[in-house]
Amino acid sequence: MTSVLQAHELGKRYGKRWALRECTIDIPAGHVVGLVGPNGAGKTTLLKLAAGQLEPTSGGITVLGGRPAAGPAQLARVGFVAQDTPAYAGLTVAEHLRLGARLNPRWDAAMARERIARLGLAPNQRAGKLSGGQRAQLALTLGLAKRPELLILDEPVASLDPLARREFLQSLMEATVEHELSVVLSSHLISDLERICDYLVVLVESRVQIAGETDRLLATHHRLTGPRRAPDRLPAGQHVVCARHTDRQSTYVVRTDAPVHDPAWTVTRLSLEDLVLAYMDKPAAADRRALLEVQR
Amino acid sequence: MERPVIEFHLDAKSGVSPYLQLVQQVRHALRLGLLREGDQLPTVKEVVAQLAINPNTVLKAYRELEHEGLASARPGVGTFVTKTLTDTSLAAHGPLRLDLQRWLSKARRAGLDDESIEALFMTTFRTTAQEDIA
Repeated sequence: MTSVLQAHELGKRYGKRWALRECTIDIPAGHVVGLVGPNGAGKTTLLKLAAGQLEPTSGGITVLGGRPAAGPAQLARVGFVAQDTPAYAGLTVAEHLRLGARLNPRWDAAMARERIARLGLAPNQRAGKLSGGQRAQLALTLGLAKRPELLILDEPVASLDPLARREFLQSLMEATVEHELSVVLSSHLISDLERICDYLVVLVESRVQIAGETDRLLATHHRLTGPRRAPDRLPAGQHVVCARHTDRQSTYVVRTDAPVHDPAWTVTRLSLEDLVLAYMDKPAAADRRALLEVQR
Repeated sequence: MERPVIEFHLDAKSGVSPYLQLVQQVRHALRLGLLREGDQLPTVKEVVAQLAINPNTVLKAYRELEHEGLASARPGVGTFVTKTLTDTSLAAHGPLRLDLQRWLSKARRAGLDDESIEALFMTTFRTTAQEDIA
């Protein structure tokens, strides 16, 4: 299968601060990919690098096998809906569609009109007068009518109310079936992504913590609870994601391909949210820093 | 477009994976006779548009149903029910429910609260299920 997004040692620095560093991932096509992480983790930076709106400081990135924004052909293959689903407040809905038709060689005018009609948007309405949900649907329509092979969306539902959020995601999922497109979208709320993503990338503190198919991630992560035990006494195949200890008890989240048979542990499944939270767990990051300081 | 025979729903807090919830709902509808042989299941696009879920989740559920011999896909048309699950055991439900009601009131009289009753039922259920396998 072809890759929709491939990055090798990708990094982006603003002044002294690395917004994204040592990012190496290979995401196969045909997925709805969720990019999750806390605010400021580097999600927008990664998406803008993929869309070609930013140039990498180090490393490389290819999208659908080509360099982002390398030319008109590459631009036509990738749709990008920026944060908060922007639209031109002074332009009407119809003017947005005309603009889309002018700017995009593969523009699907019939589909755009049909979607606008189905959503009940008045063509002569100015975008500035639309509700948040309507504006998001307009931005999605522009992104879809471009007929891209990959649609990138940055926090598309963050500012929407629950109903508009659901309607937006329904439209998006319907479009992935209809047009067989790959989707990469970011959110700092896992609950937005849980139902719709079958591939997940967790980004914390400018680094990719884990990436993979959601089913696979859920099958390989376990929570172990039992009598207190030091991490170096866990089997080699069990990679510790996060650990908490009391005087008597230890709770680990581990990643392992093998089943956990140790009778001392109570093994429980993780929800996707727990899994992401485990990677965001601050103590783990603090440990890493402590380790670095020792090495220095 | 014809209205689909059943509609799916998802319980996010159940802990059961979404694809399995879809499979269970089809089986359930078959047992209750809501779905019959020859009925068309909602198309992938319909399910996805209704629930806002990943299309692969629906495909996986339908593949599982095919694997179980309950449904079959006709390319370009849709997925159809190929078997009914309404069985003769339905007649036994009434008397069994009565027994269960009697047992429940007995448990309450013995001073068990809801949580203890549930725990007792589940552990007994699991141990007998394991014994049946062994």
